[in-house]
Amino acid sequence: MQPVDTEAVEPKKKGIQPRTPMPEQDAKERGSNFNEVALGYTEEQAIEEANRCLQCKKRNCVEGCPVQVAIPEFVSLLREGNFEGSIGKIKETNALPAVCGRVCPQEEQCEVKCILNKKGQPIAIGRLERYVADRERESGSVAVPKCKPKTGKKVAVVGSGPAGLTVAGDLAKEGHAVTIFEGLHKPGGVLVYGIPEFRLPKAIVQAEIDVLKQMGVEIKCDAVIGALYTIDELLNEEGFDAVFIGSGAGLPTFMGIPGENLNGVFSANEFLTRANLMKAYQFPKADTPTREGHNVVVVGGGNVAMDSARTALRLGAHNVYLVYRRSMEELPARIEEVHHAEEEGIDFRLLTNPTKIVGNDEGWVTHIECLRMELGEPDDSGRRRPVPVQGSEFLIECDTVIMAIGTGANPLIPSTTPGLDLNKWGYIVADDDGKTSKDAVWAGGDIVTGAATVILAMGAGRVAATEITEYLSS
Amino acid sequence: MFEILSKEKLAHQIFRMKVAAPEIAKKAKAGQFLILRVDECGERIPLTFCDIHADEGAVTIIFMVVGATTRKLSEMEPGQALQDVAGPLGKPTEIEDYGKVVCIGGGIGAAVMYPAARALAEAGNDVTCILGARSEDLLILEEELTAICGADKLIITTDDGSKGIKGVVTGPLEEMLKAGNADLVIAIGPAIMMKFVCKTTEPYGVKTIVSLNPIMVDGTGMCGACRVSVGGETKFGCVDGPDFDGHQVDFELLMARQRQYLDQERIAMDHYGEGGCTCSP
Repeated sequence: MQPVDTEAVEPKKKGIQPRTPMPEQDAKERGSNFNEVALGYTEEQAIEEANRCLQCKKRNCVEGCPVQVAIPEFVSLLREGNFEGSIGKIKETNALPAVCGRVCPQEEQCEVKCILNKKGQPIAIGRLERYVADRERESGSVAVPKCKPKTGKKVAVVGSGPAGLTVAGDLAKEGHAVTIFEGLHKPGGVLVYGIPEFRLPKAIVQAEIDVLKQMGVEIKCDAVIGALYTIDELLNEEGFDAVFIGSGAGLPTFMGIPGENLNGVFSANEFLTRANLMKAYQFPKADTPTREGHNVVVVGGGNVAMDSARTALRLGAHNVYLVYRRSMEELPARIEEVHHAEEEGIDFRLLTNPTKIVGNDEGWVTHIECLRMELGEPDDSGRRRPVPVQGSEFLIECDTVIMAIGTGANPLIPSTTPGLDLNKWGYIVADDDGKTSKDAVWAGGDIVTGAATVILAMGAGRVAATEITEYLSS
Repeated sequence: MFEILSKEKLAHQIFRMKVAAPEIAKKAKAGQFLILRVDECGERIPLTFCDIHADEGAVTIIFMVVGATTRKLSEMEPGQALQDVAGPLGKPTEIEDYGKVVCIGGGIGAAVMYPAARALAEAGNDVTCILGARSEDLLILEEELTAICGADKLIITTDDGSKGIKGVVTGPLEEMLKAGNADLVIAIGPAIMMKFVCKTTEPYGVKTIVSLNPIMVDGTGMCGACRVSVGGETKFGCVDGPDFDGHQVDFELLMARQRQYLDQERIAMDHYGEGGCTCSP
């Protein structure tokens, strides 16, 4: 479908209207439940917002999207009221629209490229994507993409996070037999263990995975690759013609400061896995417990730190402090997440860096000692380097500390796969097409790039899927 | 789903279960563990393999009822299936010909010591087993261990003296160390027992391997719940262990961390009476 040029004149005048706000759960109310914060557009709101689109001929927004969703086209179909056509258009290149509509950093990708930015606010592309995806799912009749005739080729996909799900969907469309191996008991990877229910309901992830299953993708949970099968065994003994590794950056990082092994100190991975995947917020109805702290310190400034802080709040914390060594401007988290966290009462302690964690005789954390920081000259990342203020140590009283300072490469697969080149941080080396140093093995997502975003992992998955198909047909 | 093939009660609150897990059984080795979930609401608990039957496509676990999950597990019957079994996880016990090896199993730890003792005997070691428990009715695997090392090399200790030597495992161990009858010690049991075994062997400079049982969630190195301190360095019990050089282990930290959820464990037991899986999806 071509962009609808003839309609460009009328909406252009409307383009400077502010973007249509999306209804949200009240900040006070949502602080004590795990229901979704953002409630999504109504049909009227979605059409109103879609009408702001200028349907530019130069499709800057599409360039900004790692999976090149045909944005002007799906927006145009939406405002015509052709919702089925609209979601179909998105699904041509994006297997997880309801997920991406919620968790993609559109403000850095498609929306930042929107021409309306120059005069006002960009089109709310993510919200519109979410709207058409939700509408289809809620209608109960989700279209299953058509798959080409069977090629007889078998591909193993390791990990069922965003990269793995995307590869699986694309390869299934090409007619290959795809088996996903997931180490945990539920598919979805970071979408189910990491991102909280209030930001991405599990049922939505499950619905998108169900579509893959209907396309013939087999998902084997409880299958820890590197332990149950090595990559070589998948290729040589289990009959797979190619393997894609999308195992994620599953290794928690700690600061290396004293007291990190005290009771009440968690990695964000553990804290979020307990709350999300294990449903600890339903304890004792769900069997897995978690720490329901009163005074919680979250260390870090990314989306995972925001998720941890807001989860702690919902578990009943009275005070949640977010300790970050740089200032608000350098916070790597999405603006929307920071905004939501602030609204909910997360106490931001910026320019603050922990130096040690203090505990009592029983081994429980009681305080965290921090230094005040100030910003110096820019460092390699271009951000101003935080410099400690000498003698500025102070204590924050706390019973829980959550380290959300990033993740590393889990060595389980690299260490059991001879011939797979790694970089100095232990991540898998792959070229732009996702090809690794090992025959018939591709990789993508966080296990290649280090912790990044859902959509970048999906982008890597798409590219690799194309390459794998080419390899299998040669 | 993973079908329960057999179940038997070995002692008060201690059960042995054989579970169908053909892929895992093909790969698992002594010293490694699995993670299971009983049902959809279940937590992930690690249990070290007690036996591996590659030909039957099954594994055997032994567990003691200590909380809601193990109680739920103990109430399941053959023919029913576990929701999830993942593995084999962790590093296998290093089996070599060490010479004279003393294998110590305290309480339920005997279940984990058993496959190691067997593998060590098969590798040509002269194996002596010390089996310790609070009282006779809590002793397990006496017959199986006798089959490995012979009745004369199976030493039993009970705290109350109801069977074997009255006292703890370190008594007979010390005698063997004095006599120079130990080139390697493997000790598996409660953290406090492993700690005192290590204290006993340290002056003799006899290498002592322990199998640690910290709290875990995923069991694949992803969450760090199982942090232990070994030689002053933080290690993950699930991927760096569960076997470690006992002389390097900070047992106080291990014991403190094992107590993290005592309050919640009581709540879970109280709630258990309500029965079945009650969480929402």
